[in-house]
Amino acid sequence: MSERELVIVGGGPAGMAAALSAYEHGVRDILLLERDQYLGGILNQCIHAGFGLNYFKESLTGPEYALRFARRITDIKGIDVSLKSFAVRLTPDKTLTYLKPGRVEKVKAKALIMATGCREKTREMVHIAGTRPAGIFSAGLAQKLINIEGLLPGKEAVILGSGDIGLIMARRFILEGARVKGVVEIREQSRGLTRNVVQCLDDFDIPLYLRHKISRVRGRDRVEAVDVARVDDRIEQVPGSEFTLECDTLLVSVGLIPENELIEMAGVPLDKKTNSPLSEGLNETSIPGLFVCGNAFKVYDLADSVSTDSLEAGRMAAVYLRQKGEGR
Amino acid sequence: MKAYDVIIIGAGVTGAAIARELSRYKLRIAVLEKEEEYAFGVSKSNSGIIHPGTQNSHCSLKGRLCVQGNRLVRKIARELGVDFKQTGELIVAFNGEETGRLRELKREAEMLGVPGLRILNKRRLVEKEPNLSPEAVAALYAPTAGIISPYRLVYDLCENALKNGVEIHTGCAVKAVGTAGGEFSVLTAKGEFRSRFLVNAAGLFADDVAAMCGINDFRITPRKGEEFILDKKLENISRHLLFPLPNKISKGVLVIKTADGNPMIGPTAQDAADKEDLGTSDAGLKEALDGARRLVPSIDEKDIIAYFAGLRPAAGDDFIIRREEKVPGLVTVAGIQSPGLTAAPAAALMVRGLLRDCGLVLKKKLFFRPRQSEIPHLFSLTFKAAERLVKKDPSYGDIVCRCEMVSAKEVRDAVKRGACTMDGIKFRTRAQAGRCHGSFCTARIMRILAQERKLPLTGVSKRGKGSELVKKDRADV
Repeated sequence: MSERELVIVGGGPAGMAAALSAYEHGVRDILLLERDQYLGGILNQCIHAGFGLNYFKESLTGPEYALRFARRITDIKGIDVSLKSFAVRLTPDKTLTYLKPGRVEKVKAKALIMATGCREKTREMVHIAGTRPAGIFSAGLAQKLINIEGLLPGKEAVILGSGDIGLIMARRFILEGARVKGVVEIREQSRGLTRNVVQCLDDFDIPLYLRHKISRVRGRDRVEAVDVARVDDRIEQVPGSEFTLECDTLLVSVGLIPENELIEMAGVPLDKKTNSPLSEGLNETSIPGLFVCGNAFKVYDLADSVSTDSLEAGRMAAVYLRQKGEGR
Repeated sequence: MKAYDVIIIGAGVTGAAIARELSRYKLRIAVLEKEEEYAFGVSKSNSGIIHPGTQNSHCSLKGRLCVQGNRLVRKIARELGVDFKQTGELIVAFNGEETGRLRELKREAEMLGVPGLRILNKRRLVEKEPNLSPEAVAALYAPTAGIISPYRLVYDLCENALKNGVEIHTGCAVKAVGTAGGEFSVLTAKGEFRSRFLVNAAGLFADDVAAMCGINDFRITPRKGEEFILDKKLENISRHLLFPLPNKISKGVLVIKTADGNPMIGPTAQDAADKEDLGTSDAGLKEALDGARRLVPSIDEKDIIAYFAGLRPAAGDDFIIRREEKVPGLVTVAGIQSPGLTAAPAAALMVRGLLRDCGLVLKKKLFFRPRQSEIPHLFSLTFKAAERLVKKDPSYGDIVCRCEMVSAKEVRDAVKRGACTMDGIKFRTRAQAGRCHGSFCTARIMRILAQERKLPLTGVSKRGKGSELVKKDRADV
């Protein structure tokens, strides 16, 4: 087992900003773990523009935004980046176990920042009646298949939920020559940014069905259609309002959940509803010296805000380490 | 055209257990399965309970084979390295009248030879099962109940049968059966197969296969059961399998422990319109939740991470296992609904006897290889054991599925052992079965499957032809 001043789990926008900021605040022994073979996290599959308007005052794509951080990280000797490194266990004394091809490593951290991001809610979390054929994807998976793998998931899609990823994917499907039959949203308003509703739906004449739900998925082997129904103020289905949209693909974009299973393993209490750590202040947890930042702390609308708040996490870890050193 | 001694139609748990049992003998055996993989019919949506034999009449075939199967399955699980766990079950009573019915159940089960039954009073119940509803007043405790992974049992039975010389043909739906000249001629999607003996273990379609042979005296009526899987975090919400007594409110929704750790609630019971209707419903969700909460009130809708429906192949009240006098050499194994998983090893022995009665000569092989090596799962290993494994083969350290901690090595091994679809990999390894439902790992698993099977990515399917995941590969254009 090795010992480190600061270990950061996750090499996306949150982890990279935290690492840079901790270094700037004097921490010289930093281990940054990333499970993928590149730094950047989910930004690498977000090839649309609009990142960085607040932080860099210009519009960048996701990979461009990530690269600005990644370049600085690799230039700094005090930040040790370990790729293809997968954290599997965390104990309350901040000992972390991670796997690498061919190795199982254990590291004890004086301070630890978890920047593990979030995952998408799935169709399983919002019970949709009907069959379970191929052709149902989370919007993020569809984004990865198209942008990273070069695969087109389907030719006629319906999108459930008007989260930003869903809206972005509506436009992406059109640009790939597929059709989008509609976006179905149970709320009264889109949950995405206004600019995404305008640029991704309105500009392409994609209908947005507000106050509607998908009442049934049809198709045995592959999605063949979905039934859509209107809901009333109590989210109850309005009888007789059903209509069918034929499609071969259903994208689900119904919200994001912070990924905090590791800190939960270490005994940090989580908010049952949001899966965020129960916390006194920004980036804090119930364990001193264990910080959570970025979308793992709470789900943000913009990568720029993730960066800003994660810089603060890096600073907080540096202060914690300094105080701990002085107290000794 | 190929000729065999015995053809078994259906590679569900029943067909697989029969194939493995017969593979001890000097016989040429073929199993014909219509789906792309074994266990893709009724068996894949089984609850995974090894029943003790407490809910069957003592004069039923179900009851007899269940008690015998409960004993046999332990040895089979050990030989094959499948994860059987004896958890015990509690049948819970909520009032005095129900407690009386527990005593009747106990009496009946004891006549069948179910061992170790005890009636627990309220105080013992609270100790044994702290999360159980405070309304529970007593329970019948059956210690021999257990859990097993239904699909992994089928895979291992099949793989062991293969090892002992059985042929299994998948994607091989039976279209017609000829019975002329003391020989069966089975026409399938993959050509003609001939044999002297035929076992019909075709699950939901056993009546259709029977009709092809001229047997028309039973119908399979599919009865749907919807089940809802809870987050693994709740693994310890119950210590035993929890059953209610069937009553007016609930038909019998259980709180189930599974081999994978996730608790499961269900199943509902509803007659289904057709044999392919596997949809779930809002009503089913409500019924399962209400029923489960009656047993364990703290279960919440938010704890559900997955759901599915299965169809029970009912043919009246009991199993139909018999040789057909009208068609010499034909053995029917139909109506295998609950407790079919438990009964399968016993049913296999019974079928062996029936085939012998039909004239099949059983000569033991000099070498029968009963064992399968256990398949290691990273998520269930200790740190030290995981470390050894990763050192031995670096690809164990290459995690593909983060929710269930499944490595590239495990996925590749699953494909080498026979998985050819995404669902096949899921059932074997649990990759894609966790809380993100494959959002993070699907692309990677598709690539491994395509590479190992030498398929184009557009040919990778969820569960066989027609269920391909993607429509176009830019690399092909």
